[in-house]
Amino acid sequence: MDLEILIENVLNAITAGITIGCIYGLMCIGLGLIFGIMRIVNFAQGELLMLGMFASFYLVTGGKVLSFLGPYWGPFVGAICAGPLIFAGGALLHKFLISRVSGLRTAGSLDEGHYGQLIVTLGISLILQNGGQILFGSTPVAVRTPLSAEAYLVGPVYGAATVFLNKAKLIAFFVAILVAIVLYLTLEYTRLGKALRAAADNPTAATYMGIEVDTAYRIAFGLGAGITAIAGGLMATYISFGPFVGFDYVIIMYSGVVLGGMGSILGAFWGGLTVGFVQQFSALILPPQLQNAAIFVVFLMIVLLRPQGLFGRSAERA
Amino acid sequence: MRQGTGPQLRRNLTALAVVSVAYLMFTIFVTNSYYQLILTMVPVWALFGVSWNILSGYGGQLSFGHASFFGIGAYTVTLTVVYWGLSPWLGILLGMILGGLAAIAIGTPTFRLRGHYFALSMLAYPLAILYVLQYLGFQEISIPMHRGNPVAFMEFSEPRVYTLIAVCLLVGGVLVSLVVESSRFGLALLAIRQNELAAEAAGINTRQWKMRSLVVSGMLAAVAGGFYARVLLVVTPDSVFGMLVSAQAVVVTLFGGVASVWGPLIGAAILVPLAETLQAELGTYLPGIQGVVYGVAIIGIMLLSPDGLFWTVRDRWFRQKTAAPVPDLMPMSPPARPVSAHAGAPLLKVENLSRAFGGLKAVSEVSFSIAEGEILGIIGPNGAGKTTLFNVLNGVLSPDEGSARLAGQQMLGRKTFEVCRMGVGRTFQVVRSFPRLPVLDNVIVGAYGAGLSDRDAIASAVRALHQVGLQDESGVAAGQLTNKQLRLMELARALAGNPRLLLLDETLAGLGREECDGVLKVLARLREQGMTICIIEHTMHAMMRLADRFVVLDHGRVLATGLPRAVVEDTSVIEAYLGKKWLARQNA
Repeated sequence: MDLEILIENVLNAITAGITIGCIYGLMCIGLGLIFGIMRIVNFAQGELLMLGMFASFYLVTGGKVLSFLGPYWGPFVGAICAGPLIFAGGALLHKFLISRVSGLRTAGSLDEGHYGQLIVTLGISLILQNGGQILFGSTPVAVRTPLSAEAYLVGPVYGAATVFLNKAKLIAFFVAILVAIVLYLTLEYTRLGKALRAAADNPTAATYMGIEVDTAYRIAFGLGAGITAIAGGLMATYISFGPFVGFDYVIIMYSGVVLGGMGSILGAFWGGLTVGFVQQFSALILPPQLQNAAIFVVFLMIVLLRPQGLFGRSAERA
Repeated sequence: MRQGTGPQLRRNLTALAVVSVAYLMFTIFVTNSYYQLILTMVPVWALFGVSWNILSGYGGQLSFGHASFFGIGAYTVTLTVVYWGLSPWLGILLGMILGGLAAIAIGTPTFRLRGHYFALSMLAYPLAILYVLQYLGFQEISIPMHRGNPVAFMEFSEPRVYTLIAVCLLVGGVLVSLVVESSRFGLALLAIRQNELAAEAAGINTRQWKMRSLVVSGMLAAVAGGFYARVLLVVTPDSVFGMLVSAQAVVVTLFGGVASVWGPLIGAAILVPLAETLQAELGTYLPGIQGVVYGVAIIGIMLLSPDGLFWTVRDRWFRQKTAAPVPDLMPMSPPARPVSAHAGAPLLKVENLSRAFGGLKAVSEVSFSIAEGEILGIIGPNGAGKTTLFNVLNGVLSPDEGSARLAGQQMLGRKTFEVCRMGVGRTFQVVRSFPRLPVLDNVIVGAYGAGLSDRDAIASAVRALHQVGLQDESGVAAGQLTNKQLRLMELARALAGNPRLLLLDETLAGLGREECDGVLKVLARLREQGMTICIIEHTMHAMMRLADRFVVLDHGRVLATGLPRAVVEDTSVIEAYLGKKWLARQNA
C-alpha cells in the first residue's frame, strides 16, 4: 500500500512538474528577453505577471468581454489576449521610464545602468502592487473554469496508483508550449527577430548596422512583458491571486533565467521547467507554506553555485 | 580619523544637536496622538535608513532585503516579552546582537555575489523568513502589558517619551554613521562602491570591509525594528519582514541623499509624514496609497536627481567653496629600500605559468624573471595574454599551473589585496579610479591598503603625489582629471603602498606624444630611485627608450626574451607583429 501511495505521489509530482514547469518556462522566457538578452534588471517582472492575470480575469470573469466563448475556451483565449495588452503596457513603460536608465544611455557605464534599473523598477513594482490593490482590491480572485476541477485519469499504473492530469493545467501547458515555439521561431528566423536580438545584445553595434535601437528595445521589452503576461493568464486558470502575487514568482523567474544561462531563450525555458520540477518535488516532502521558502533556497543555491551565470559578461577586462 | 574630515565632523555634530533639539521642541506642541505617533515613526524609519545607508549607500552593496534585520529585531523584542517577560530594553539589545549574527550568516554566502545578483538575493532572505514564521504559526503576536514596572517595559502614559527615545536611538545611529564616514572604514567603503577591483588591487580587503558594514548595518536595523515593535505593540510577518519594509529603507535614503549622513533623515522627515497622512486620509478608498507614494518618490528621484535631495540641494546652493586643504606635510623621502646585498638578483621569478579559458590558452607555460631595479617591458600583439598574465600575477585570476615568487615568496593562490600587501602595486589598462573622491583620497586608499596608520598614510600619499608630479591637483575630484593625470594618479595610488614591484598595464595607452614623454620621465625617475617595474605596452618607440629588457608574448607563449635591440630584430617577433607576408616582402 505505502509503495503504491509513494509511486502515485511521485508520478503525479512528475506530471505536475512537467505541466507547471512548462508554464514557468514560458514565464521565464519573458524575463529571459528582458534580463537575459537586454540585460535590464527588471524587478517589476512579477507585477507584469500579476497584470497578465488580472487582464485575463477582467476579460473573462470580471468584465465578461470574452464570456461568449464559454467557460472552456474563454480562459485560454483570455490568457492569450492578455499578451498584446501587457505588450502595449510594457512598451509604454519602456518608453517613459525604462529607456531612461537602460540601453544606449547606459551602455559602457561601469555597471551597465543596473543600479538605476533596480531602483526604477522597484518603484514601478511598488506602484503596480499597491495601485493594483486600489484598482483590483485585495481579495484573491480566480479565472473560473470548470476545467480546473476536472482531471484525466491515467492508469491505474501500479496497483491502485493513478496519475491525475488536471485539465486546466494540461491545456495551459499545451498553450504555453505553443506560444513558446511561435516566439522562438519568430526570434530565430524572421528579420524582426534578428534585429531585436542584435539590438538587445549589443546596442552600440546594432546602431552602426542601421537598426533603430530605441524601437527595437521597446518591442523587445514589450515582448518580454507580454510573454510573461500570457503565462500569468494561463496560471490564473488554476490558482487564485491578488495584487501581491508577483513576489512569489519574481524569484522563480530569476532562478530560471540564471539557471538556464543568460542570454538564451531556450535556456530560460529549460531553467523555468527545472524550477517547476523542483517546486513540485519539494511538495512531496515539505508542507505547503514552506514551498516558497524552498524556492528561495534553490535560488540562492543557483546563484551561489553557478558562478558562470553570475557575473553576466564575466570576461571583464581588468 | 581621516585627513580633512575634522571640521566637517564638528559641523555635522553641531547640526545634529540643533536638529534633534528643535525636533523635540516641536513635539511638545503636538497634542494629536496620531501625529505624535508619526513623530515617533520618523526617527525610527530614519534610523532604518541610516543602517541601510552604511551598507548600500557608502559601500554600494544594494540590499533589497534589509527587512531581515528589522524583522529580527522586532520579533526578538516581541517574543522575549511574551515568553520570557524580558524587558524590551534588553530585548532591543539582544535583537541587536542577533541582527549582527544574522548579518554574518547572510553575508557569508551572499557577498560572493555582486551587483544586481546581490540585490536580488538579499530580497530572498526576508521573504523566506516570512514564510517560515507563517509556517511556525507566528502570524500575529501582541506585546502584553506589564503594569508593575512601566519603565522597564517601556510603558509610558506620555507618548512624547517614545519620540524622545526614538530620537536618542537615531542620534546613536547617526553618530555611528559619522564615525564610519570620517574613518578609513568609510573611505574603504566609498572605494569599494566606486570600483571594487581597484580597491582590492590597492590592498583593501574588500570582503572584510563589506562584512563589517553589513554587521554594523544589521545591528542598527534590528534596533529600529525592535523599537518599532514595542511602539506598535503588534507584529505580523508582513509588517516587519514584508517587501514594503525593505523598500522603505531604500526609498527614504535614496530620496534624501545616498551616502550622506543626512540623507535618510531628510527622506524620512518628508516621506513618512506624507505617506502616513495620505494613508490616514485616503486609506479607506485607496488602500495602497502609501506604497504608491513611495514608488512615485523613488522613480522621480532616480530620474531627476539620482543621488537624492541632499546632494542636489548642496550642489545647487552650497557650492563647495574650495576643496579640502592639502595637509601641509613635507613629502618624506622614499622609505630607505633595503638595498639587497645581491643587487641584480631576481625580485620576481615566474615559472611555467599557465591559464586557460575553456579551450583558449591565454597564458601558456610562461617563464621569466625580473631583477631588482630593472624595467621589464612585456610586449605582444592584441590577445597575446599580457593582461591575463598580470591578472594571474596579482590574484584577480587563479592560475592553472606554475609558480611566481616575489623575493622567494609564493605570490599565486593569494587574494588580490594580499598580493598588494606583499609589495606589488598595479595599474589597469582602463584606468580604475574612484571618480568622486579627490585625488589625495584616491591615493590614500592605496596607502591604507598597505596597512599604514592614518598619519603615515597621508604622508605616504603626499610623497607619492610628489613623485608623479600631481601635488597641485590633490584636491581635485578624480573624475575631472585628464587622461594623463588619471594615469599618473593611478601610478601614485600604487606607489603610496610602498611597493617593491610595480605592474603597469598600458600606462601610456591613449596618450599623445607629449603626454607620453611626461609619463616616461616619471617612470625613468622612479627607476633612478630603485623601483622595479614590469610594464605592458604597445607603443614600441616608447618601450625602446624605457625598458631594460623585453619579454615578447604571442598566443600566450613567450616568443622571445632579451635586450630591446635584439628582440626587435628577431624575425619571429616581426612576424608576430606584422605578419608573415610583410616579412616575406621585406626580405624579397
